[in-house]
Amino acid sequence: MSAVSDASAGDQLEPRTVTITRADLVAYAGASGDLNPIHWNERVALEVGLPGVIAHGMFTMSLAARYVADLAGDPTAVVAFSTRFTRPVVVPDDDTGATVELGAKVTDVADDGTRTVGVTATHEGKGVLGKAVATIRPPR
Amino acid sequence: MPLDASFAGRSWPAETYEVSLEKVREFAVAIGADDPVHHDRDAARAAGHPDVVAPTTFPVVFTWPATRRVVDDPALGLDFTRVVHRDQSIEVARPLYAGDVVTSTVVVDEIRELAGNDVITFRVDVTDADGAAVLTTRATLVGRAEPEGEQA
Repeated sequence: MSAVSDASAGDQLEPRTVTITRADLVAYAGASGDLNPIHWNERVALEVGLPGVIAHGMFTMSLAARYVADLAGDPTAVVAFSTRFTRPVVVPDDDTGATVELGAKVTDVADDGTRTVGVTATHEGKGVLGKAVATIRPPR
Repeated sequence: MPLDASFAGRSWPAETYEVSLEKVREFAVAIGADDPVHHDRDAARAAGHPDVVAPTTFPVVFTWPATRRVVDDPALGLDFTRVVHRDQSIEVARPLYAGDVVTSTVVVDEIRELAGNDVITFRVDVTDADGAAVLTTRATLVGRAEPEGEQA
């Protein structure tokens, strides 16, 4: 049984800390095909008024969706995921990268065992994903 | 500049994409998804799948280019250099696997103006080779208003 399928409404699930480096952004740019230079080129990012190179919102969402899939114990159990991108994650040009804290809480358990999970993602204490909600079907 | 409201409700001809084992692996590596069902065909089959499983957010690989085709249509009037990705959702009807040949149909769900900014929501309906639903994504983009004095 996974952490999610045992959980009741109101239960907090195991949190996770992830780091995002410039190398991660380059790999994600290539894998996703999103080559927007604000995600890898400091000069361009500054020119358009950003504080620096920022992570793709879809990369942060991907890390959050992977986290939820791991909690569920089965990537195909995540049947819906929605989020708002509330703040950018600025990724410094160093070997440490940016840290994002992920958290999850079961907010509803349907009669068929489908669970609604509220997901949080914070960077330097501020939320970077807003209203992030995952729907997880029960194990088969 | 307001967007062309006539784009709301329109859809565009479907685009086809073939999901490959290597692209699924590459995407899974890039997001750190190390579950063997994303990487190893035998492991995926042992878990009851026909082939390796695409991670939840993998469809952006083909839904974003399909959407971008509309975003970049000059008739829409959206300046991509001022666009912010505000919301994203995905609803899954069935898992996406390597070997799937899927088609993406882009629909403009809604166009509105919010405090001078253009807000546009794109829906992408993805179906498999049999025409059955695989997933639906929604992306809301905001075209930020130009600051005073920069109006053309």
